[in-house]
Amino acid sequence: MIAAVVALPAAAAAFQVVGDAIPAPLTDVAGDPVRGRAVVAGRQVGTCVLCHAGPFPDERLPATIAPDLRGVADRLSAGQIRLRLVDPRVVNPATVMPAYFSQAGLVRVGRAWQGRTALTAQQIEDAVAFLMTLKEE
Amino acid sequence: MSTSAWCRALVLLLAALPAAAQERRSGYDDAGPQVRAMQDDDMANPAFLWVRQGEALWERRVGEAGKSCADCHGAVSEMRGVAARFPEFDAARGRVVTLEQRVNLCRTDFQGAPALAPESDALLGIMAVVGLQSRGMPVAVEVSGAAAEAVARGEAFFRLRQGQLNLSCAQCHDQLAGQSLAGSRIPQGHPNGYPIYRLEWQGMGSLHRRLRACLVGVRAEPLGRDDALLGDLELYLAARAAGLKVETPGVRP
Ligand code: HEC
Ligand code: HEC
Repeated sequence: MIAAVVALPAAAAAFQVVGDAIPAPLTDVAGDPVRGRAVVAGRQVGTCVLCHAGPFPDERLPATIAPDLRGVADRLSAGQIRLRLVDPRVVNPATVMPAYFSQAGLVRVGRAWQGRTALTAQQIEDAVAFLMTLKEE
Repeated sequence: MSTSAWCRALVLLLAALPAAAQERRSGYDDAGPQVRAMQDDDMANPAFLWVRQGEALWERRVGEAGKSCADCHGAVSEMRGVAARFPEFDAARGRVVTLEQRVNLCRTDFQGAPALAPESDALLGIMAVVGLQSRGMPVAVEVSGAAAEAVARGEAFFRLRQGQLNLSCAQCHDQLAGQSLAGSRIPQGHPNGYPIYRLEWQGMGSLHRRLRACLVGVRAEPLGRDDALLGDLELYLAARAAGLKVETPGVRP
Protein backbone atom coordinates (compact mmCIF):
# COMPACT_ATOMS: atom_id res chain seq x y z
CA MET A 1 0.00 0.00 0.00
CA ILE A 2 1.33 3.40 -0.90
CA ALA A 3 0.47 6.37 1.21
CA ALA A 4 1.54 9.87 0.32
CA VAL A 5 0.58 13.34 1.33
CA VAL A 6 0.66 15.66 -1.66
CA ALA A 7 1.25 19.27 -0.76
CA LEU A 8 -0.77 21.72 -2.81
CA PRO A 9 -0.37 25.43 -3.52
CA ALA A 10 -1.47 27.72 -0.69
CA ALA A 11 -5.15 27.98 -1.57
CA ALA A 12 -5.88 24.27 -1.81
CA ALA A 13 -5.83 21.76 1.01
CA ALA A 14 -3.50 18.76 1.05
CA PHE A 15 -5.00 15.37 0.35
CA GLN A 16 -3.92 11.92 1.37
CA VAL A 17 -3.65 9.02 -1.05
CA VAL A 18 -4.25 5.63 0.53
CA GLY A 19 -3.76 2.73 -1.85
CA ASP A 20 -5.62 3.73 -5.03
CA ALA A 21 -8.01 6.10 -3.28
CA ILE A 22 -8.37 9.42 -1.50
CA PRO A 23 -10.77 8.33 1.23
CA ALA A 24 -11.32 11.74 2.87
CA PRO A 25 -13.38 14.45 1.15
CA LEU A 26 -11.44 17.52 0.03
CA THR A 27 -13.92 19.94 1.66
CA ASP A 28 -16.21 20.14 4.71
CA VAL A 29 -19.29 20.76 2.57
CA ALA A 30 -20.82 17.49 1.35
CA GLY A 31 -20.85 17.09 -2.43
CA ASP A 32 -24.08 17.97 -4.23
CA PRO A 33 -24.97 15.44 -6.97
CA VAL A 34 -27.13 17.94 -8.87
CA ARG A 35 -24.31 20.44 -9.18
CA GLY A 36 -22.00 17.51 -9.83
CA ARG A 37 -24.04 16.43 -12.83
CA ALA A 38 -23.49 19.88 -14.34
CA VAL A 39 -19.74 19.58 -13.74
CA VAL A 40 -19.52 16.15 -15.39
CA ALA A 41 -22.02 16.63 -18.23
CA GLY A 42 -21.20 20.27 -19.07
CA ARG A 43 -18.77 20.41 -21.96
CA GLN A 44 -17.05 23.59 -20.82
CA VAL A 45 -16.74 22.89 -17.09
CA GLY A 46 -15.50 19.34 -16.58
CA THR A 47 -14.84 18.43 -20.23
CA CYS A 48 -15.55 14.81 -19.10
CA VAL A 49 -18.01 14.12 -21.92
CA LEU A 50 -15.30 14.86 -24.49
CA CYS A 51 -13.95 11.40 -23.64
CA HIS A 52 -16.60 9.58 -21.56
CA ALA A 53 -20.06 8.42 -22.52
CA GLY A 54 -22.60 8.21 -19.73
CA PRO A 55 -26.30 8.60 -18.91
CA PHE A 56 -26.53 11.94 -20.72
CA PRO A 57 -29.47 11.84 -23.15
CA ASP A 58 -28.70 15.36 -24.41
CA GLU A 59 -25.32 14.31 -25.84
CA ARG A 60 -25.27 14.26 -29.65
CA LEU A 61 -22.99 11.30 -30.05
CA PRO A 62 -21.21 9.48 -27.25
CA ALA A 63 -17.47 9.75 -26.83
CA THR A 64 -15.54 6.49 -27.23
CA ILE A 65 -12.20 7.36 -25.69
CA ALA A 66 -12.77 6.37 -22.07
CA PRO A 67 -14.93 3.93 -20.06
CA ASP A 68 -18.68 4.62 -20.05
CA LEU A 69 -19.50 6.25 -16.73
CA ARG A 70 -22.73 4.26 -16.35
CA GLY A 71 -22.38 1.94 -13.37
CA VAL A 72 -19.10 3.54 -12.21
CA ALA A 73 -20.34 3.49 -8.59
CA ASP A 74 -20.64 -0.31 -8.81
CA ARG A 75 -17.02 -0.54 -9.89
CA LEU A 76 -15.33 2.07 -7.69
CA SER A 77 -15.69 3.56 -4.22
CA ALA A 78 -16.06 7.31 -3.61
CA GLY A 79 -12.41 7.46 -2.56
CA GLN A 80 -11.24 5.67 -5.71
CA ILE A 81 -13.30 8.01 -7.89
CA ARG A 82 -11.94 11.02 -5.99
CA LEU A 83 -8.34 10.00 -6.72
CA ARG A 84 -9.14 9.43 -10.39
CA LEU A 85 -10.49 12.99 -10.65
CA VAL A 86 -7.79 14.62 -8.52
CA ASP A 87 -4.88 12.99 -10.39
CA PRO A 88 -5.45 9.82 -12.46
CA ARG A 89 -1.70 9.66 -13.16
CA VAL A 90 -1.27 8.20 -9.68
CA VAL A 91 -3.19 5.14 -10.93
CA ASN A 92 -1.95 5.15 -14.54
CA PRO A 93 1.03 7.39 -15.35
CA ALA A 94 0.31 7.08 -19.10
CA THR A 95 -3.37 8.03 -18.86
CA VAL A 96 -4.81 10.55 -21.30
CA MET A 97 -7.25 11.72 -18.62
CA PRO A 98 -6.38 15.17 -17.26
CA ALA A 99 -5.67 15.69 -13.55
CA TYR A 100 -8.50 17.92 -12.40
CA PHE A 101 -7.05 18.91 -9.01
CA SER A 102 -3.31 18.94 -9.56
CA GLN A 103 -1.02 21.31 -11.38
CA ALA A 104 2.01 19.06 -11.05
CA GLY A 105 4.07 18.77 -14.23
CA LEU A 106 1.87 21.02 -16.38
CA VAL A 107 3.64 23.05 -19.09
CA ARG A 108 2.54 25.80 -21.51
CA VAL A 109 -0.71 26.36 -19.62
CA GLY A 110 -2.69 29.12 -21.33
CA ARG A 111 -2.73 32.48 -19.58
CA ALA A 112 -6.43 32.26 -18.72
CA TRP A 113 -5.94 28.95 -16.89
CA GLN A 114 -2.62 29.52 -15.13
CA GLY A 115 -2.25 29.13 -11.40
CA ARG A 116 -5.36 27.10 -10.77
CA THR A 117 -6.60 23.57 -11.05
CA ALA A 118 -9.13 22.58 -13.73
CA LEU A 119 -11.78 22.00 -11.05
CA THR A 120 -12.09 23.41 -7.52
CA ALA A 121 -12.12 21.16 -4.46
CA GLN A 122 -15.88 21.66 -4.15
CA GLN A 123 -16.46 20.83 -7.83
CA ILE A 124 -14.51 17.59 -7.32
CA GLU A 125 -16.71 16.72 -4.32
CA ASP A 126 -19.87 17.55 -6.29
CA ALA A 127 -18.69 15.39 -9.23
CA VAL A 128 -17.86 12.49 -6.88
CA ALA A 129 -21.34 12.77 -5.31
CA PHE A 130 -22.93 12.65 -8.75
CA LEU A 131 -20.78 9.74 -9.97
CA MET A 132 -21.73 7.78 -6.82
CA THR A 133 -25.36 7.90 -8.04
CA LEU A 134 -24.41 6.05 -11.26
CA LYS A 135 -25.36 2.51 -10.27
CA GLU A 136 -26.65 -0.12 -12.64
CA GLU A 137 -27.33 -3.03 -10.30
CA MET B 1 -23.24 -7.23 -26.69
CA SER B 2 -24.55 -3.90 -25.36
CA THR B 3 -23.49 -0.76 -27.18
CA SER B 4 -21.25 0.32 -24.33
CA ALA B 5 -19.59 -3.08 -24.09
CA TRP B 6 -19.08 -3.00 -27.83
CA CYS B 7 -17.56 0.48 -27.62
CA ARG B 8 -15.23 -0.68 -24.86
CA ALA B 9 -14.12 -3.63 -26.97
CA LEU B 10 -13.48 -1.27 -29.88
CA VAL B 11 -11.50 1.09 -27.67
CA LEU B 12 -9.29 -1.77 -26.53
CA LEU B 13 -8.83 -2.98 -30.07
CA LEU B 14 -7.83 0.45 -31.36
CA ALA B 15 -5.58 1.11 -28.40
CA ALA B 16 -3.74 -2.11 -29.17
CA LEU B 17 -2.81 -0.96 -32.67
CA PRO B 18 0.55 0.79 -32.85
CA ALA B 19 0.33 4.21 -34.48
CA ALA B 20 2.60 3.08 -37.29
CA ALA B 21 0.15 0.36 -38.27
CA GLN B 22 -2.43 3.01 -39.12
CA GLU B 23 -2.50 4.10 -42.70
CA ARG B 24 -2.23 7.80 -43.41
CA ARG B 25 -5.72 9.15 -43.72
CA SER B 26 -6.65 12.66 -44.72
CA GLY B 27 -9.21 14.54 -42.61
CA TYR B 28 -11.34 14.23 -45.75
CA ASP B 29 -11.64 10.49 -45.16
CA ASP B 30 -12.90 11.10 -41.63
CA ALA B 31 -15.48 13.71 -42.67
CA GLY B 32 -19.11 12.81 -43.40
CA PRO B 33 -20.48 12.23 -46.92
CA GLN B 34 -22.02 15.72 -47.20
CA VAL B 35 -18.73 17.39 -46.33
CA ARG B 36 -16.85 15.20 -48.80
CA ALA B 37 -19.40 15.96 -51.51
CA MET B 38 -18.90 19.70 -50.91
CA GLN B 39 -15.15 19.34 -51.28
CA ASP B 40 -15.48 17.15 -54.38
CA ASP B 41 -17.48 19.73 -56.30
CA ASP B 42 -15.83 23.10 -56.93
CA MET B 43 -19.24 24.65 -57.58
CA ALA B 44 -20.49 23.51 -54.16
CA ASN B 45 -17.27 24.22 -52.25
CA PRO B 46 -17.71 27.63 -50.55
CA ALA B 47 -13.91 28.07 -50.47
CA PHE B 48 -14.04 28.87 -54.17
CA LEU B 49 -15.41 32.31 -53.28
CA TRP B 50 -11.98 32.93 -51.75
CA VAL B 51 -10.21 31.30 -54.69
CA ARG B 52 -11.88 33.81 -57.03
CA GLN B 53 -10.71 36.71 -54.84
CA GLY B 54 -7.21 35.23 -54.80
CA GLU B 55 -7.16 35.02 -58.60
CA ALA B 56 -8.04 38.70 -58.87
CA LEU B 57 -5.45 39.65 -56.28
CA TRP B 58 -2.75 37.69 -58.13
CA GLU B 59 -3.08 40.12 -61.02
CA ARG B 60 -3.51 43.34 -58.99
CA ARG B 61 -0.58 45.77 -58.94
CA VAL B 62 -0.01 47.01 -55.39
CA GLY B 63 2.49 48.76 -53.16
CA GLU B 64 5.31 51.17 -53.81
CA ALA B 65 6.76 48.87 -56.46
CA GLY B 66 3.44 48.83 -58.32
CA LYS B 67 3.92 45.17 -59.09
CA SER B 68 1.48 42.29 -59.05
CA CYS B 69 2.32 38.69 -58.12
CA ALA B 70 1.90 37.91 -61.84
CA ASP B 71 4.55 40.50 -62.78
CA CYS B 72 7.18 38.39 -61.02
CA HIS B 73 5.75 34.87 -61.23
CA GLY B 74 3.63 34.84 -64.40
CA ALA B 75 0.30 33.06 -64.45
CA VAL B 76 -0.81 31.59 -61.13
CA SER B 77 -0.56 28.14 -62.72
CA GLU B 78 3.22 28.64 -62.44
CA MET B 79 2.73 28.02 -58.72
CA ARG B 80 2.08 24.32 -59.35
CA GLY B 81 4.03 22.26 -56.82
CA VAL B 82 4.84 25.12 -54.47
CA ALA B 83 2.24 24.31 -51.79
CA ALA B 84 3.31 20.65 -51.91
CA ARG B 85 6.86 21.53 -50.87
CA PHE B 86 6.09 24.20 -48.26
CA PRO B 87 6.91 24.97 -45.50
CA GLU B 88 10.62 25.06 -46.26
CA PHE B 89 13.72 25.68 -44.23
CA ASP B 90 15.14 29.01 -45.37
CA ALA B 91 18.90 28.78 -44.94
CA ALA B 92 19.46 32.55 -45.23
CA ARG B 93 16.93 33.31 -42.52
CA GLY B 94 17.94 30.28 -40.47
CA ARG B 95 14.34 29.31 -39.86
CA VAL B 96 11.35 27.65 -41.42
CA VAL B 97 9.24 29.87 -43.64
CA THR B 98 5.61 28.86 -44.04
CA LEU B 99 3.75 29.53 -47.28
CA GLU B 100 1.75 32.23 -45.55
CA GLN B 101 4.92 33.93 -44.33
CA ARG B 102 6.41 33.60 -47.83
CA VAL B 103 3.43 35.38 -49.37
CA ASN B 104 3.76 38.24 -46.91
CA LEU B 105 7.54 38.43 -47.47
CA CYS B 106 6.80 38.96 -51.17
CA ARG B 107 4.32 41.66 -50.24
CA THR B 108 6.70 43.60 -48.00
CA ASP B 109 10.04 42.97 -49.74
CA PHE B 110 9.10 42.95 -53.44
CA GLN B 111 5.79 44.73 -53.74
CA GLY B 112 6.49 47.36 -51.09
CA ALA B 113 3.02 46.77 -49.71
CA PRO B 114 1.91 46.12 -46.13
CA ALA B 115 1.64 42.46 -45.09
CA LEU B 116 -1.83 41.02 -45.50
CA ALA B 117 -3.65 40.66 -42.18
CA PRO B 118 -3.90 37.20 -40.62
CA GLU B 119 -7.16 35.44 -41.54
CA SER B 120 -8.12 38.28 -43.90
CA ASP B 121 -10.11 37.28 -46.99
CA ALA B 122 -7.22 38.57 -49.13
CA LEU B 123 -4.56 36.42 -47.48
CA LEU B 124 -6.81 33.34 -47.37
CA GLY B 125 -7.71 33.93 -51.03
CA ILE B 126 -4.06 34.06 -52.13
CA MET B 127 -3.26 30.97 -50.04
CA ALA B 128 -6.26 29.12 -51.49
CA VAL B 129 -5.44 29.91 -55.12
CA VAL B 130 -1.73 29.11 -54.71
CA GLY B 131 -2.59 25.88 -52.88
CA LEU B 132 -5.13 24.91 -55.52
CA GLN B 133 -2.37 24.79 -58.15
CA SER B 134 -0.85 21.80 -56.28
CA ARG B 135 -4.12 19.98 -55.77
CA GLY B 136 -3.64 16.24 -56.27
CA MET B 137 0.13 16.38 -55.84
CA PRO B 138 1.69 14.44 -52.97
CA VAL B 139 2.88 16.44 -49.97
CA ALA B 140 6.68 16.29 -50.19
CA VAL B 141 8.64 18.69 -47.99
CA GLU B 142 12.41 18.77 -47.64
CA VAL B 143 13.32 17.20 -44.30
CA SER B 144 17.03 16.53 -44.71
CA GLY B 145 20.06 18.73 -44.14
CA ALA B 146 19.38 21.96 -42.30
CA ALA B 147 15.65 21.17 -42.14
CA ALA B 148 16.19 18.07 -40.01
CA GLU B 149 16.60 19.95 -36.73
CA ALA B 150 13.48 21.99 -37.39
CA VAL B 151 11.50 18.82 -38.08
CA ALA B 152 12.81 17.35 -34.82
CA ARG B 153 11.76 20.45 -32.86
CA GLY B 154 8.33 20.29 -34.48
CA GLU B 155 7.98 16.64 -33.57
CA ALA B 156 9.03 17.31 -29.97
CA PHE B 157 6.31 19.93 -29.73
CA PHE B 158 3.82 17.48 -31.26
CA ARG B 159 4.65 14.95 -28.54
CA LEU B 160 4.70 17.45 -25.65
CA ARG B 161 1.85 17.03 -23.19
CA GLN B 162 0.72 20.56 -22.52
CA GLY B 163 -1.94 22.90 -21.25
CA GLN B 164 -4.19 22.56 -18.23
CA LEU B 165 -5.66 19.38 -19.75
CA ASN B 166 -2.12 18.01 -20.21
CA LEU B 167 -2.66 16.46 -23.65
CA SER B 168 -0.27 16.24 -26.57
CA CYS B 169 -1.08 16.50 -30.27
CA ALA B 170 0.22 12.93 -30.58
CA GLN B 171 -2.18 11.58 -27.98
CA CYS B 172 -5.17 12.77 -29.98
CA HIS B 173 -3.86 12.46 -33.53
CA ASP B 174 -1.74 9.28 -33.28
CA GLN B 175 -3.10 7.38 -30.29
CA LEU B 176 -6.78 8.36 -30.41
CA ALA B 177 -7.28 9.16 -34.11
CA GLY B 178 -10.52 7.67 -35.40
CA GLN B 179 -12.21 7.80 -31.99
CA SER B 180 -15.13 9.98 -31.09
CA LEU B 181 -14.23 13.07 -29.07
CA ALA B 182 -17.59 14.39 -27.87
CA GLY B 183 -19.19 13.10 -31.05
CA SER B 184 -16.65 14.32 -33.58
CA ARG B 185 -14.24 11.88 -35.12
CA ILE B 186 -10.64 12.74 -34.31
CA PRO B 187 -8.74 13.00 -37.61
CA GLN B 188 -5.05 12.16 -37.90
CA GLY B 189 -4.42 15.91 -38.02
CA HIS B 190 -2.88 16.42 -41.44
CA PRO B 191 -2.40 19.87 -42.98
CA ASN B 192 -2.97 18.87 -46.63
CA GLY B 193 -6.32 20.65 -47.13
CA TYR B 194 -5.45 24.10 -45.79
CA PRO B 195 -6.68 26.78 -45.93
CA ILE B 196 -10.09 25.16 -45.43
CA TYR B 197 -13.71 26.15 -45.39
CA ARG B 198 -15.00 24.94 -42.02
CA LEU B 199 -18.74 24.59 -41.52
CA GLU B 200 -18.41 25.26 -37.78
CA TRP B 201 -16.60 28.54 -38.49
CA GLN B 202 -18.97 29.39 -41.33
CA GLY B 203 -15.90 30.62 -43.06
CA MET B 204 -12.42 30.04 -44.25
CA GLY B 205 -9.44 29.57 -41.97
CA SER B 206 -5.71 28.96 -42.08
CA LEU B 207 -3.74 26.08 -40.59
CA HIS B 208 -2.64 28.50 -37.88
CA ARG B 209 -6.27 29.04 -36.89
CA ARG B 210 -6.80 25.27 -36.70
CA LEU B 211 -3.68 24.78 -34.54
CA ARG B 212 -4.77 27.62 -32.30
CA ALA B 213 -8.14 25.91 -31.79
CA CYS B 214 -6.46 22.62 -30.84
CA LEU B 215 -4.08 24.36 -28.42
CA VAL B 216 -6.79 26.45 -26.79
CA GLY B 217 -8.86 23.25 -26.62
CA VAL B 218 -6.33 21.72 -24.25
CA ARG B 219 -6.07 25.09 -22.45
CA ALA B 220 -2.50 25.69 -23.62
CA GLU B 221 -0.90 28.92 -24.78
CA PRO B 222 -1.35 29.21 -28.57
CA LEU B 223 1.71 29.68 -30.81
CA GLY B 224 2.24 33.20 -32.08
CA ARG B 225 2.05 33.76 -35.81
CA ASP B 226 5.73 34.66 -36.02
CA ASP B 227 6.98 32.13 -33.49
CA ALA B 228 9.73 30.07 -35.18
CA LEU B 229 8.26 27.02 -33.45
CA LEU B 230 5.06 27.42 -35.49
CA GLY B 231 7.14 26.94 -38.64
CA ASP B 232 8.86 23.91 -37.08
CA LEU B 233 5.48 22.39 -36.18
CA GLU B 234 3.98 23.06 -39.62
CA LEU B 235 7.06 21.51 -41.25
CA TYR B 236 6.77 18.43 -39.03
CA LEU B 237 3.04 18.14 -39.82
CA ALA B 238 3.82 18.26 -43.54
CA ALA B 239 6.59 15.67 -43.13
CA ARG B 240 4.15 13.48 -41.21
CA ALA B 241 1.62 13.87 -44.03
CA ALA B 242 4.14 12.95 -46.75
CA GLY B 243 2.46 11.28 -49.69
CA LEU B 244 -1.05 12.47 -48.92
CA LYS B 245 -2.44 14.52 -51.76
CA VAL B 246 -2.82 18.27 -51.48
CA GLU B 247 -6.58 18.97 -51.24
CA THR B 248 -6.57 22.74 -50.99
CA PRO B 249 -9.09 24.21 -50.57
CA GLY B 250 -10.55 21.54 -48.27
CA VAL B 251 -13.92 21.47 -46.53
CA ARG B 252 -14.20 20.30 -42.93
CA PRO B 253 -17.09 19.96 -40.46
C1 HEC C 1 -8.99 13.18 -22.46
C2 HEC C 1 -9.82 12.10 -22.03
C3 HEC C 1 -10.54 12.13 -20.68
C4 HEC C 1 -11.19 13.17 -20.06
C5 HEC C 1 -11.35 14.60 -20.54
C6 HEC C 1 -11.73 12.62 -18.83
N1 HEC C 1 -11.41 11.31 -18.72
FE1 HEC C 1 -11.96 10.03 -17.19
N2 HEC C 1 -10.86 8.53 -18.04
C7 HEC C 1 -10.23 8.59 -19.26
C8 HEC C 1 -9.64 7.29 -19.56
C9 HEC C 1 -8.87 6.94 -20.83
C10 HEC C 1 -9.93 6.45 -18.45
C11 HEC C 1 -9.53 4.97 -18.27
C12 HEC C 1 -8.44 4.80 -17.26
C13 HEC C 1 -7.12 5.36 -17.73
O1 HEC C 1 -6.73 5.17 -18.89
O2 HEC C 1 -6.48 6.04 -16.93
C14 HEC C 1 -10.70 7.26 -17.52
C15 HEC C 1 -11.19 6.81 -16.31
C16 HEC C 1 -12.11 7.48 -15.50
C17 HEC C 1 -12.77 6.93 -14.34
C18 HEC C 1 -12.62 5.50 -13.85
C19 HEC C 1 -13.68 4.72 -14.61
C20 HEC C 1 -13.70 3.26 -14.38
O3 HEC C 1 -14.71 2.66 -14.72
O4 HEC C 1 -12.68 2.72 -13.94
C21 HEC C 1 -13.61 7.89 -13.84
C22 HEC C 1 -14.52 7.80 -12.64
C23 HEC C 1 -13.46 9.05 -14.71
N3 HEC C 1 -12.54 8.77 -15.69
C24 HEC C 1 -14.17 10.23 -14.55
C25 HEC C 1 -13.95 11.39 -15.31
C26 HEC C 1 -14.56 12.67 -15.02
C27 HEC C 1 -15.60 12.91 -13.94
C28 HEC C 1 -14.03 13.57 -15.91
C29 HEC C 1 -14.21 15.07 -15.97
C30 HEC C 1 -14.14 15.83 -14.74
C31 HEC C 1 -13.15 12.82 -16.79
N4 HEC C 1 -13.11 11.53 -16.39
C32 HEC C 1 -12.46 13.37 -17.88
C33 HEC C 1 -10.18 9.70 -20.11
C34 HEC C 1 -10.69 10.97 -19.83
C1 HEC D 1 -8.03 16.64 -27.32
C2 HEC D 1 -7.79 16.24 -28.67
C3 HEC D 1 -6.86 17.04 -29.57
C4 HEC D 1 -5.60 17.54 -29.31
C5 HEC D 1 -4.79 17.43 -28.04
C6 HEC D 1 -5.15 18.17 -30.52
N1 HEC D 1 -6.12 18.08 -31.49
FE1 HEC D 1 -5.91 18.59 -33.46
N2 HEC D 1 -7.88 18.10 -33.78
C7 HEC D 1 -8.73 17.48 -32.87
C8 HEC D 1 -10.03 17.29 -33.46
C9 HEC D 1 -11.26 16.66 -32.80
C10 HEC D 1 -9.94 17.81 -34.79
C11 HEC D 1 -11.05 17.88 -35.84
C12 HEC D 1 -11.70 19.21 -35.81
C13 HEC D 1 -12.69 19.37 -34.73
O1 HEC D 1 -13.65 18.62 -34.69
O2 HEC D 1 -12.51 20.29 -33.92
C14 HEC D 1 -8.56 18.29 -34.95
C15 HEC D 1 -8.03 18.83 -36.15
C16 HEC D 1 -6.69 19.05 -36.38
C17 HEC D 1 -6.10 19.37 -37.67
C18 HEC D 1 -6.89 19.50 -38.98
C19 HEC D 1 -7.07 18.20 -39.68
C20 HEC D 1 -7.95 18.34 -40.90
O3 HEC D 1 -8.07 17.34 -41.63
O4 HEC D 1 -8.51 19.39 -41.14
C21 HEC D 1 -4.77 19.53 -37.49
C22 HEC D 1 -3.74 19.89 -38.55
C23 HEC D 1 -4.50 19.32 -36.08
N3 HEC D 1 -5.69 19.02 -35.43
C24 HEC D 1 -3.25 19.42 -35.48
C25 HEC D 1 -3.05 19.39 -34.09
C26 HEC D 1 -1.81 19.74 -33.45
C27 HEC D 1 -0.55 20.16 -34.17
C28 HEC D 1 -2.02 19.64 -32.10
C29 HEC D 1 -1.12 20.00 -30.96
C30 HEC D 1 -0.56 21.32 -30.95
C31 HEC D 1 -3.36 19.15 -31.91
N4 HEC D 1 -3.96 19.04 -33.14
C32 HEC D 1 -3.93 18.82 -30.68
C33 HEC D 1 -8.38 17.10 -31.59
C34 HEC D 1 -7.18 17.40 -30.94
